[in-house]
Amino acid sequence: MTGEEAQTNGHRIGVYVCHCGTNIAGVVDVEHVSEWAKDALGDRGVVVGKDYKFMCSDLGQELIQKDIEREGLDRVVVAACSPHLHEKTFRNATERGGLNPYLCEMASIREQVSWVHTNKAIATEKAKAMISGAVERVKEHESLEPFRVPIEEATLIVGGGIAGIQSALEIANAGHPVYLVEREPSIGGHMAQFDKTFPTLDCSACILTPRMSEVGVHPNIELLTWSEVEKVEGYVGNFAVTIRKKASYVINEDCTGCGICWQKCPKKVIDDKFEVGLGYRKAIYTPFEQAVPKYPVIDHDNCTYFEKGSCKACEKFCPTEAINFEDEDEVITVNVGNIVLATGYDLFDARRIPQYGYGRLANVFTSLEFERMTNAAGPTDGDIVLRDGVTAPKSVGIVHCVGSRDRNFNNYCSSICCMQSLKFAHLVHERTGAEVFNFYIDIRTPAKEYDEFYQRVLDEGTRFVRGRVAEVTDAARLPGEEGKLIVQVEDTLAGQQRRIPVDMVILSAALEPRTDAYETAKKFGIACSANGWFTEKHPKLDPVATMTEGVFIAGCSTGPKDIPATVSQGSAAAARILSYIEMGELALEPVRATVIAEQCSGCRICNDLCPFNAISYDAETELSEINIALCQGCGTCVAACPAGAITGTGFSNEQVLAQIEGLLMLNVEPQPVAEPA
Amino acid sequence: MSENGKPKFAMYWAASCGGCEIAVLNIHERILDVDANFEVAFWPVAMDAKYKDVEAMQDGEILLTLFNGGIRNEENEHIAKLLRKKSQLLVAFGSCANEGCIPGLANLSPMEALFETAYHTASTENPEGILPQYEYDVPEGTITIPTMYPVLRTLDQVVDVDYYIPGCPPESHQIEAVIDAVIAVLKGEAELPPKGTVLGVGTSTVCDECSRKRDVKKIKQFVRIQDVERIDPEICLLEQGILCNGPATASGCTALCPAAGAPCAGCYGPANGVIDYGARMMASVASVIDSRDPDEIDAILDGLVDPAGSFYRFNLAHSLLHTGQASWNGKGS
Ligand SMILES: Cc1cc2nc3c(=O)[nH]c(=O)nc-3n(C[C@H](O)[C@H](O)[C@H](O)COP(=O)(O)OP(=O)(O)OC[C@H]3O[C@@H](n4cnc5c(N)ncnc54)[C@H](O)[C@@H]3O)c2cc1C
Ligand code: SF4
Ligand code: SF4
Ligand code: SF4
Ligand code: SF4
Repeated sequence: MTGEEAQTNGHRIGVYVCHCGTNIAGVVDVEHVSEWAKDALGDRGVVVGKDYKFMCSDLGQELIQKDIEREGLDRVVVAACSPHLHEKTFRNATERGGLNPYLCEMASIREQVSWVHTNKAIATEKAKAMISGAVERVKEHESLEPFRVPIEEATLIVGGGIAGIQSALEIANAGHPVYLVEREPSIGGHMAQFDKTFPTLDCSACILTPRMSEVGVHPNIELLTWSEVEKVEGYVGNFAVTIRKKASYVINEDCTGCGICWQKCPKKVIDDKFEVGLGYRKAIYTPFEQAVPKYPVIDHDNCTYFEKGSCKACEKFCPTEAINFEDEDEVITVNVGNIVLATGYDLFDARRIPQYGYGRLANVFTSLEFERMTNAAGPTDGDIVLRDGVTAPKSVGIVHCVGSRDRNFNNYCSSICCMQSLKFAHLVHERTGAEVFNFYIDIRTPAKEYDEFYQRVLDEGTRFVRGRVAEVTDAARLPGEEGKLIVQVEDTLAGQQRRIPVDMVILSAALEPRTDAYETAKKFGIACSANGWFTEKHPKLDPVATMTEGVFIAGCSTGPKDIPATVSQGSAAAARILSYIEMGELALEPVRATVIAEQCSGCRICNDLCPFNAISYDAETELSEINIALCQGCGTCVAACPAGAITGTGFSNEQVLAQIEGLLMLNVEPQPVAEPA
Repeated sequence: MSENGKPKFAMYWAASCGGCEIAVLNIHERILDVDANFEVAFWPVAMDAKYKDVEAMQDGEILLTLFNGGIRNEENEHIAKLLRKKSQLLVAFGSCANEGCIPGLANLSPMEALFETAYHTASTENPEGILPQYEYDVPEGTITIPTMYPVLRTLDQVVDVDYYIPGCPPESHQIEAVIDAVIAVLKGEAELPPKGTVLGVGTSTVCDECSRKRDVKKIKQFVRIQDVERIDPEICLLEQGILCNGPATASGCTALCPAAGAPCAGCYGPANGVIDYGARMMASVASVIDSRDPDEIDAILDGLVDPAGSFYRFNLAHSLLHTGQASWNGKGS
């Protein structure tokens, strides 16, 4: 080796500095930096230094491609935005030039330099240091090949709300098997509880039930209601999912769904799920008439037979002998290639805001209660009445943002409550002629035909009071308040405190993550946001994927949204999965961690750390192992292994240290080690 | 080669306690193998020798030098450089030469503080407050002693090193194994390992040799060994909340300390894949603390009363930190 080769290790590196319009060039002297790279880093292997307006444009990418061919580059450094945004772009360009894509490294001189500095001279120097680090690092890069895993054709969908139904039908209609797991006795989710849907006011059941029955009879869909997922093992393309089918005490093969059992069942139970406490069901029940499947289940905890040892009325009257009190939970395992989590939302518990009186003042209702009340099949046969069940209200107050946009509860906007409140205003107006007040902070009606609906409700004469309601009380102070609920509010448009007496108050409660969302996320190896909604791989560009390959999310489980958005996500998740099934196998990013067996001591420090459950301990060899198909290359275990026995491809010690050394080469004067005293 | 045809051997003691020298003598009758195969050219602890004899040797005249101790003063450095020149194979022997060891912990303190502790604290009988002088005039002339450096450096921070044998001190069976290997090379029966090899260690860590049972680690509390009423003799010490450095320490000692019920102090130095020993241990221990509550985590960490002394007891001088900030800036002298 000549002296120069010793420094460059024979490398030929191209450095490309992006202007990003003025994003970078406005702060960093990009021309100077690219020239400097070529001159000053020449003895470290840099043979090309160029700057370009937009490196991510076709022309920018071609620059890389052509230089690899013409200049014989063997490594590429792109100083531009961030790997998160454009690593793939530049890796692809590198590959088109004939190099392994992983021989390209990005220096983030936008997010980490131009966007965070104002002093041009210092920013320019820092950009140089970043490039110096990238140059040293890229020399340590190795050619990598993606892993290929075959994709099992079947898909698991968890949650049979409209999101899960949509996904299931899309995939099943394309000819592929689907397992749909729903924890309740019927699919349908929240949408099955509504009467009308905004903004078109079409009947919820009329648009939902055809989809539900299609699922029920679809030859490609195995419907597993009254079931829950217990365990998920494996990885994209090859998950083994353990499902518990809860004992229903009904033999579905024999049951005709005639309903005699629940007519004869003597045990009335307050239905706090489907009827949100407004109505009753029996101990043997289907949640609603159009339930899919049609088979009832016995609610073990409330059944007289299980409680007292005698009754069995259902069994006696069942014409087909479909009741089986010996039924037991059944645990099955299914193999699937992909998973959709469509577990939806829970409604905010309005008792948490005691000053609004829910649970204390009889005529304060939640939004879901009101939905059930307006439903023709609901507990009041669709009549809007006070808690006494007979009196129609003459005035109704609808409170927006209950538990939403409130620092004490949820900072976010629940997105549907404005429209839902407007829907309620319309229904009250239409069915009772009562005077309606909507108490709002802002009206948010951004989707198709939403604002038109708002105009319509305005025209109908609904009163709008802008301000957050302070209190709902029955303590009358002024004439005309007796026997009423008084809504105390600061009207911020009128600039005054107001007390508005009404007969009925409806609280438009927030949508919240399922109470068990965190456990569900952990079970499936995905993450939740601080609020508890499932986290997307990318909030804008990959909203139905997660950081765990093969696990997709749709509907309200990812955040509050209306039915159109929920359905779109159900379809989107299905589309992503269909393309995986179509491909037959999947190429996975080769950035993965591996345990170097001879260095691992089996200390087990790493065992519980992997967020994707990729690490297991082999008691026989006393070593820990990483399942590379599960590993996402997050680096947690690499940092934690005390023996340094885990190495991350793309993040090896050599690479990281070379990068640090490169960074420091420019900025720190070498300090003499301790001069004699 | 010497006149008797035997290759020359040297051993030297720089800034260290001397345990390494004893460890070599402690190989008992196997020391005769050393004598049978080498001529001891320079070994101040074992036989009389003068620096000038070494200075007079030809470059590379000594085949093998075991150098123990760190470089703390001018004399240490001078001899390190001299032995480097005169030896074909220079071996950093023992923890001090390898990674600084206990003397390296002094790098956390400026020199005034060291002198203060050494000459003026209760443990020293020094009523007149005398401090050593580098130069002192006496009627016969000027006496000098070697000047002290502001920090301790490891051997390879001063000269080029061929091989490393860690341990405080290295275990006898490992020393014997290395001697056997060198003799095999002399007889032409084996080849030298690649330069830079760490000899006398295994590929994994102390845990690999430790027979204690271990489970998934979850630490709720740290306790110091003297505060533990009963140590479970079977279960991993770390799982009992006793900070054991076994997970990051190179195997080779046969896990003597944990076997005896004491946590591994880390004297065998960083395992193969470990660059900064203390940082590694801290990252590992932090990742298995079993709490999500910041206050509880703080309370658990408060159980680690001496982080520098626990995590960097042997490795501070050779860590990425090298030295304490004050000394690095030259303020230490
Ligand atoms: C009062 C109110 C009125 C509304 N009105 C309208 C409207 O008029 N128009 C409109 O567009 N939107 C409306 N919405 C919004 C609408 O409810 C949602 O957009 C939609 O229901 C979301 O569907 P989903 O499938 O994501 O969730 P969900 O409907 O919540 O369905 C989730 C399903 O998953 C099941 N599940 C949950 N966890 C598990 C588990 N671990 N295992 C198995 N199964 C599980 C649940 O039992 C449920 O069946 C309204 C919302 C509210 C609160
Ligand atoms: S046993 Fe009696 S209480 Fe139980 S489900 Fe049948 S009828 Fe109802
Ligand atoms: S932390 Fe490292 S040494 Fe310990 S079991 Fe895991 S891989 Fe092995
Ligand atoms: S790098 Fe380690 S912790 Fe991270 S996903 Fe891979 S195995 Fe799990
Ligand atoms: S006692 Fe120490 S050396 Fe033994 S397994 Fe536990 S951590 Fe490792």
